[in-house]
Amino acid sequence: MKNTNKSKSLDQIKKIIKEQKQARKEDDKITLTVSSGTCGQARGSMEVIDSLKETIEQKQLEDKVRVKVTGCHGFCEAEPNIIFQPDNIFYQHVKPKHSKDIIEKTALNKEILDQLLYTDPSTNEKAKKDEDISFYTKQERLVLGDNVLIDPTDINDYFSIGGYNSLLKTLETLNPEQVINTVKSSGIRGRGGAGFPTGIKWEFTRKAKSDEKYIICNADEGDPGAYMDRSLMEGNPHRVLEGMIIGAYAIGANQGFIYIRDEYPLALKNITLAIQQAKEFGLLGQNILDTGFGLEINIVKGAGAFVCGEETALIASVEGKVGEPKQRPPFPAVKGLWKKPTNINNVETWGNIPLIIEKGADWYSQIGTKDSKGTKIFSLVGKINNTGLVEVPMGITLREIIFDIGGGIPEGKKFKAVQTGGPSGGCLPAEKLDLPIDYESLTEAGSIMGSGGMIVMDENTCMVDVAKYFLNFLRDESCGKCLSCREGTQRMWEIVNKITEGNGKKGDIELLEELAYAVKDASMCGLGQTAANPVLSTLRYFRDEYEAHVVDKKCPAGVCKDLIRYIIIEDKCTGCMACIKPCPEDAITGELKKVHTLDENKCIRCGACYEACKFDAIKIE
Amino acid sequence: MNVQTDKVKSFINKYNCKQSALIAILQEIQAEYNYLPKNALIYVSQQLHIPLIDIIGVATFYSAFSLEPKGEHTVKVCMGTACHVRGGPKILEEFERRLEIESGHTTDDKQFSLDTVACLECCAIGPVVVVDENYHAQTSIRNVDTILKKYRKKEKKNEEHQ
Repeated sequence: MKNTNKSKSLDQIKKIIKEQKQARKEDDKITLTVSSGTCGQARGSMEVIDSLKETIEQKQLEDKVRVKVTGCHGFCEAEPNIIFQPDNIFYQHVKPKHSKDIIEKTALNKEILDQLLYTDPSTNEKAKKDEDISFYTKQERLVLGDNVLIDPTDINDYFSIGGYNSLLKTLETLNPEQVINTVKSSGIRGRGGAGFPTGIKWEFTRKAKSDEKYIICNADEGDPGAYMDRSLMEGNPHRVLEGMIIGAYAIGANQGFIYIRDEYPLALKNITLAIQQAKEFGLLGQNILDTGFGLEINIVKGAGAFVCGEETALIASVEGKVGEPKQRPPFPAVKGLWKKPTNINNVETWGNIPLIIEKGADWYSQIGTKDSKGTKIFSLVGKINNTGLVEVPMGITLREIIFDIGGGIPEGKKFKAVQTGGPSGGCLPAEKLDLPIDYESLTEAGSIMGSGGMIVMDENTCMVDVAKYFLNFLRDESCGKCLSCREGTQRMWEIVNKITEGNGKKGDIELLEELAYAVKDASMCGLGQTAANPVLSTLRYFRDEYEAHVVDKKCPAGVCKDLIRYIIIEDKCTGCMACIKPCPEDAITGELKKVHTLDENKCIRCGACYEACKFDAIKIE
Repeated sequence: MNVQTDKVKSFINKYNCKQSALIAILQEIQAEYNYLPKNALIYVSQQLHIPLIDIIGVATFYSAFSLEPKGEHTVKVCMGTACHVRGGPKILEEFERRLEIESGHTTDDKQFSLDTVACLECCAIGPVVVVDENYHAQTSIRNVDTILKKYRKKEKKNEEHQ
C-alpha cells in the first residue's frame, strides 16, 4: 500500500483515504500480524518476524503472504502472538521454529496448528480465533482494536482503515464551537486520573484570551502497572495525533507538545515518525490542508519523575525546570506553559476524540454509565491468568474483568484484592467484586480510576507490604515542596516498615491513620492529596492483617521476612538436594535421599530454597 | 572523564542555546557519557546563563540523570507493582548479594551498575530485569546468576577477540 503522491489539499487527502480503503478491501494476500510492542519484543517477536519473512522469501510466496509488524494486541500473556487476516486465527507463544508450518500449513492450506492455539484454563477448550478467546469476548476494543490492523510506521495503513477521516470531517463541516459541543455532550472525561470532563476543559482554554495557546499530550505514563498509553503510542500513533489536531483546532492552539516518558523508546520512535509523515501529507504544519489552520507538534522527553504527571509540574518540566507543582488557580487553561493558556490531556483521551467525531456524541454517550461514558482501557496485571490490556465499557463489574476476561487467579489461589489507580489509588477486597466500575464508584470505595492500572493480588500478597511498597514509591517521588507530603509519606513509610519488621506497637495503626488524613488534607497537588489512599484503603478493608502484624507478630500472607520462617516438611522432602545449592548462606544441609535440615539461625529468608523445591516440601510459617 | 567541549557545544547548539531546553541537553550529555560529568555541567551553566546550582537541582530531581559514572553494564530491576507482587524485591536482593553492592551503586571493577526502575510497563512478563537494552522476562532467584554470567562471559569473549 505504498503511496508516494504527497498531498496538501483536503480533497486530495480524501481521495487517498478512499484509495487506501479500497486497496485494503481488495487485498487478497494473507496477512500475519505479529504483536510487537515492547513486551512482545522482550518475548522474542522480532526473531519470529525475521524467521517468518525468511520462510516467505525462501518459498517465494511474497505475492501470497505478508508479515505485518503491529503494535500490541493486548493479550500480553500470549506473546508473541499472531493474528491471521482475514480469518482472525490466533496463535500464541509462537517461536521461530514454527515459521515453516505457519506459512505452509496454515497460511497456504488453512490447516490449524493445534499446539499454537490458546486453551481456556477453565474449560480446557481450544480457541481458534481471537473472538473465541474469553479474554477478548467481553471487551469492546473501540480505541485499542485498530492496533491489530495496522503497521504503526505507515500512515497509508492508517488511511486504509479510514484514519484522518474525523479530521477531514472536522475541518470541512464543524466550527470550533461545534467540536467542543460534540466533545462536551459525548460525556467523555479525562482518562489520565482525575476524570475532569474533557469538553469543559477545552472550552476553558478556548475562551481564555491570549495571542498564543498550547495543547499538550501527557504521555508520561508513570503509574507502576499501567501501560495503555505506551501501547497506543506504539501501535497507533496517528490516532493520537488526529485527536490532538482536532483538539487544537477546537481550542485555537497552534503549537502542541507530546511529553513522553524517557523509558519508552519504541513509542518515541513511532510517534516521531508519525509526526514526520503527517507533516509530509500536510496534516500538520503551518497551513493544514489549505484551511488556514496551522499546528506544529514537538516532542519533549520526560526525565523520570512521577510527579510530572500532575499538570503544573509537567508544564514546569516542559519549560526545562524542576518538576514542582504550582498552586491552582490559575489553572493551566488560563495560565499554563510560558504563562499562556494550555490544555493538557492524556494519550487515551486524545485517542478517543477521532471516535467521538466519527460516530457522534449521541452514539458515544450510549456507552457506559450515567456519569462515565465510553470505554476505558485497563492493564490487568499481577496474580491473574490472562495478563493484558483490556478495553471495556464503563460500568462493567470488577468480577467480569478479573474472572471472565482475566480468567481468574493462577494456581487455583484465592482472590484477595485488586489495586486500582496506581500509587494514588487503593486496594479493593472480594466484597467489592460486583462494583460497577466508573469514576464515582471507585472513589466512593476508597480507590480511584486513575490511568487504569489494575493489579490483582492473591492470598500470598501481604496488604501491609503493599501499603509499604506504595509509600516507598511516594516518599521517593514526592517533589518535596509541601511539608505534609514530603515528611508525611516518609513518616507513614517508617511506621508501616516498623510494623512489617515486627516492631509495631499498640497505637501505631491509629497514628498511621491520623497521619494519613493529615497528608490528604494538607497537601497541594494530586500526588500528596491521594498519597494516603493506599494506606487508608488497606486499613479500611484489611485492618485485621495490620493487627496480625502488630499484635500477633505474624504475617498471614507469608511475605514479611522478619515475621516468617521457612521449614522443611519431613514427610515431603525426598532428599533430592535441589535446595542446597541455591541457598546463599549454606543454611540447608543433607545427603542424597535423606531428609534435609534447615538451620534457622543461618537462614536469611531469601526464598531460594522455596523456589527450587519441586515437591512442596518447604513451607512458610 | 575527558569531556569534549565541542561535543557539549553541539548539544547546546542543537537546541539553539535555549534555557528551556536544559533537560533535553542534559539528556544528550547523559546518553553520550552515561553520566553527567562535572565539567560538562559547568560549561552548560556558562553557555545557557543558568546558575550551576539550578542545573544540579534539575540533575538530581529527575531519575534519568546520574552524577556518578556508571559501570560497563547497567542492571535495572523493575520495582513496578506487578513485579513486586510476583517477587521483584527478592530478585533485587539476589543481585545485591551476587554483586556485593547495594542498588544505586557500581561494582569496584566497574563491570556492573545496579539500579531499580519504577516500572518498565511490561507487567505480563514480570519480574523483569533489563541489562543494558536486553529484557529478561520472568526472572527467578535461581537465574540471577545465569544472567550475570552471560554478561561477564561476553566481557571475556571481547577480550579474547582483542
